[in-house]
Amino acid sequence: MNDTRQRIALLSKALDLLTDRPIKVMEVCGTHTVSIFRQGLRSLLPPSLKLVSGPGCPVCVTDQGEIDAAVSLAGINGVTVATYGDMLRVPGSGSSLMNERARGRDVRIVTSADQALEIARNEKTRLIVFVAVGFETTAPSTASVILDAHRDRISNFTVLDLHKAVPPALEALASDADIDLDALLLPGHVSVILGLSPYGFLPERYGIACAVAGFEAEEIMLGLVEVARQIKEGRPRVASLYGQAVRAEGNPFARSLVDRVFEPGDSSWRGLGEIPLSGYALREEYSSMDALKRLDISIRRTPPPDGCSCGEVLRGVMTPRECPLFGNLCNPSHPVGPCMVSGEGSCAAHFRFSAGGDDPWKR
Amino acid sequence: MCLAIPHRILRLFDDKRALASAGPVETEIRVDLVPGLEIGDVVLVHAGFAIERLLEEHGQEIEALWEEVRRMAGTGHE
Repeated sequence: MNDTRQRIALLSKALDLLTDRPIKVMEVCGTHTVSIFRQGLRSLLPPSLKLVSGPGCPVCVTDQGEIDAAVSLAGINGVTVATYGDMLRVPGSGSSLMNERARGRDVRIVTSADQALEIARNEKTRLIVFVAVGFETTAPSTASVILDAHRDRISNFTVLDLHKAVPPALEALASDADIDLDALLLPGHVSVILGLSPYGFLPERYGIACAVAGFEAEEIMLGLVEVARQIKEGRPRVASLYGQAVRAEGNPFARSLVDRVFEPGDSSWRGLGEIPLSGYALREEYSSMDALKRLDISIRRTPPPDGCSCGEVLRGVMTPRECPLFGNLCNPSHPVGPCMVSGEGSCAAHFRFSAGGDDPWKR
Repeated sequence: MCLAIPHRILRLFDDKRALASAGPVETEIRVDLVPGLEIGDVVLVHAGFAIERLLEEHGQEIEALWEEVRRMAGTGHE
């Protein structure tokens, strides 16, 4: 069997055989969401398997109040805001970083934390605010750069630290009766750093079947087969199906850098609200690099835009198409909520890939 | 945004930086999150940082699951 199409057909058949009751599976990674759509995998799922997207896009779960803080920081004279490209278009309650840039504020796109520090090294008269978003995959790079800045005494480098931790959010979802999950397709690259043990509570305490999966069509289908098998056998566990990249112990060295720089802190997630200890707060030793303290800006809770259902979409209780704004008032050219902004947001993925109902596997 | 792309290490500049390639594209990356990398290693790169060395083999669990799928879905051979 050397043909991907044959292997996918085999996996599809196995999934069909294993799914003898309705099951709800959540994929918790924006890259999985896009890959599932791009590869047309939804058309291969048995009708009894409901696949919903979770809060797996760091841009999407960044709270509106956090965007407002970034916008406020960009408005301060002498400040340069540097962040990942996806963050620019995310609307806050009044403006976005993109709007601020159009108004002449110094907002720059970087592709790594290292580039933000480089700006600080080269432009001593500017105060650089690196807007640091991302889960466990991204937090180690921020930690490493903060340690560099500390060691080299780069006094004009600060961080708006919006990093979030995935396991506490999964616990919030697992314990929510409205969501009623049977299985989770766990995020591959978060797991590269975390390893497998931080997910152990999901099968043990909540009976949720789990698989860490890669991103190719076969790998995602295998992940679904695995969780369907666990459910059928009544033996939920955390399976590792991304062995090329994910070790059981994760990347302990990267985690040790994160532990040096950050400590667990409460964090507010769009759609999920405040989740205890779901953030990475800067330790006191590095508080001089905390942009909020340095510039006396606070993060305030603000209500979501009228009619926006990103919160429900991120919890998997509503599909993007069920949102009254989807496609007309909210679209990729004019996003109302963050799930339509990010390329990995579930609304953007639904908009881009599912319009024609194309089914590449049955052509 | 947790996208990570495999790159091959072409040259190590020091203990923090390396030149790496993804297909024809060569990029400078940070390598300090994965100790002990060597030239020729294939790494996953996320936001400019190598986050793990990639192994060639898929691991036992995936092999065992494929066996199960073949048995269940009925071909019995590759």
